[in-house]
Amino acid sequence: MLGDGEMLEMKEIVLKQGTFEMRANLGLEPSARVAVIGPSGAGKSTLLMALAGFLTPVNGRVYWQGEEITGTTPNVRPFSVLFQDNNLFPHMTVAQNVGLGLRPSLLLSAEEIERVECALTSVGLDGMGARKPAELSGGQQSRAALARVMVQSKPMILLDEPFAALGPALKIEMLDLVARLCTDTGAGLLMVSHDPSDARRICESAILVAEGRAHAPVATDELLRNPPEALRVYLGQ
Amino acid sequence: MAYRAQQIAPPIPSGFGLGAATLVAALILGTLGVVASRAPEAGQLGPSDWAAVRFTVSQAVLSAFLSVLFAIPVARALSRRRFRGRGLLITLLGAPFLLPVIVAVMGLLAVFGRSGWVSQALELFGLPPIPIYGFHGVVIAHVFFNLPLATRVILQGWAGIPAERFRLAAQLGFSARNVARHLEWPMLKRAVPGAFAIVFAICLSSFAVALTMGGGPRATTVELAIYQAFRFDFDLGKAALLASMQLALAGSAALLALWMSQGQGGFGKGLDRSVERWDEGSRIVDFIAIFLAVLFLLVPMLAVGSRGLAALPDLPMTVWASAWMSIKVALLSAGLAFALSLPIALTAVRFAWIESVGLLTIAASPLVIGTGLFILVFPFASPQDWAFVVTACVNAVMALPFALRVLIPAVQDVCEGYGRLSLSLGLSRWAMLRLVILPRIRAPLGFATGLAAALSMGDLGVVALFAGTGEATLPLQIYRLMGAYRMDAAAGAALLLALLSFGAFWMCDAWGRRNA
Repeated sequence: MLGDGEMLEMKEIVLKQGTFEMRANLGLEPSARVAVIGPSGAGKSTLLMALAGFLTPVNGRVYWQGEEITGTTPNVRPFSVLFQDNNLFPHMTVAQNVGLGLRPSLLLSAEEIERVECALTSVGLDGMGARKPAELSGGQQSRAALARVMVQSKPMILLDEPFAALGPALKIEMLDLVARLCTDTGAGLLMVSHDPSDARRICESAILVAEGRAHAPVATDELLRNPPEALRVYLGQ
Repeated sequence: MAYRAQQIAPPIPSGFGLGAATLVAALILGTLGVVASRAPEAGQLGPSDWAAVRFTVSQAVLSAFLSVLFAIPVARALSRRRFRGRGLLITLLGAPFLLPVIVAVMGLLAVFGRSGWVSQALELFGLPPIPIYGFHGVVIAHVFFNLPLATRVILQGWAGIPAERFRLAAQLGFSARNVARHLEWPMLKRAVPGAFAIVFAICLSSFAVALTMGGGPRATTVELAIYQAFRFDFDLGKAALLASMQLALAGSAALLALWMSQGQGGFGKGLDRSVERWDEGSRIVDFIAIFLAVLFLLVPMLAVGSRGLAALPDLPMTVWASAWMSIKVALLSAGLAFALSLPIALTAVRFAWIESVGLLTIAASPLVIGTGLFILVFPFASPQDWAFVVTACVNAVMALPFALRVLIPAVQDVCEGYGRLSLSLGLSRWAMLRLVILPRIRAPLGFATGLAAALSMGDLGVVALFAGTGEATLPLQIYRLMGAYRMDAAAGAALLLALLSFGAFWMCDAWGRRNA
């Protein structure tokens, strides 16, 4: 099941949180855009947080390009993460928030400040670097967080439904921005979503998380057209 | 999955916090050990010592009972009425906590004293004045300080009743009596014992009030007896024995208060919110409750203020010198409190038990620590030379439980909200402290530091034990002026002290709120 071309592998992973338990045994190809879908409470976020390094598996190993990363700290992993909320520090300016992606000490060189400006421009926030997050709209806050993901330039982006609070039109805008960002930088994407249309829009394949298992990725269209029982109940078909 | 439930402990260096906590514990337990080692020399407690124990407990019980009894109608009125100045009034209820005891005592004497306003009014009807010195005075002063505290604690109980319950009550056509029975009474059964226990514990350790309003064989608290054993008899063994007694009393009361007030927040979060209600209740009763409380709390303050204002221009030089001394003590004390509480609060994210060091300081009264330090310092140096440093240290430690109560939840909130983001961005320990935690806990940090500064500015405790006849802090100077019947100068100095205390708090608090 796990081929040589796979960048990310989760081997015999067992995750536990209290009485909740789930298993994962799968691999992802480089630059793949993969949705994580399934009923709420099935463990979509748990899977993502384990990958990001916030939850240590009780069993199994995680490999990145053949190298084990199971016990490493979150910041050395090849992922940039956007959480459901709290993606920006409210007391810092937008530029500082983005700058953290380059240098966590915030002691930026002139060239790095330039890069922050570029990233802000490319997400459509030019000239807003001096503002605090509270002065931005919800969509603009998401753009600022994405600008940070951009300057982090990690090989893979993990999204834990960061756009769930946005309206439908704004959410589509953000998803397209994410897709563009992935295309431009060649980064892979793993995105939790409870909305099948999100997955259809930007992810060619999808991981189904249901009944305590994270299944290997399959083509999104195929999965949604012909859903297994657990997903069918969730989708209401 | 609700991932947020998992505790994220960011990489904060724990060594500093553990070190600070150890230092505090060593100070408290070390002085206690020193005190205990001297205790057997006194033999046994005499009848006057037992009288002090009885007085301490009985005045604390009555003070706590009256504070809570009066607090219930005031809290109810504040919770169900909306009027202009309500927010200001609730803020003012926090003020007596910062008010130096000696200032309040001056105000209470002006109102209830032999030649005070109340006594003069009584005289018109041919009645004798209230005997303010002794049991009555101690209880009145304690109710003055703790009625606002009890009101805030109970008001929090009212604020904790969900708005939906009141809507449901309105839907079901509850009368005020029904609301009281089904919503308020169950809340009070939970909130009142906690409020009572807190006030009881505070009144047990009362020193300054007993020093100024009590005294004599029939109105001496254990804390005051410790002081007297020192200053008058120089009987270290007896002082030590009394100190052990005080520790047992205050320690068990503190444990009781902690146990009974579990689940109640610190300094009244969300008290400004008033829930809309549909049951009417008596407007007149509410008005009277608030009016009397304001009268009782405000009039003594106005009395000091008006008398002090007149005396302010010709204050003696000694008062200004004492004021400068008090400012230095407060600065040192606030700095120490900051340096101790911040690392402990940071460490509490990982080791929650560390907050119990605050409980330790509540159990150990300042006079107990002072007694221990006196015994330690005495063989090597003149305690008078160390009076101000010791005062600053003891005050910093005494402010610790309050500082921790506001800082620890704040640090926890930051770590829960931004711990993962900080980790995923690879912020180092110091970067996280500098860039995330400090800016985000600035407001509670300013509040806690201001609290420490104000408390130590107004403290009349250890300094009375240590200080010689020369230099004094401002509260001690006021006490001396009162003893010399220079009441105008004392009132002027009291006004100055009140301004300094509130000013110190306001400056720190404003620093914390800037750009917040």
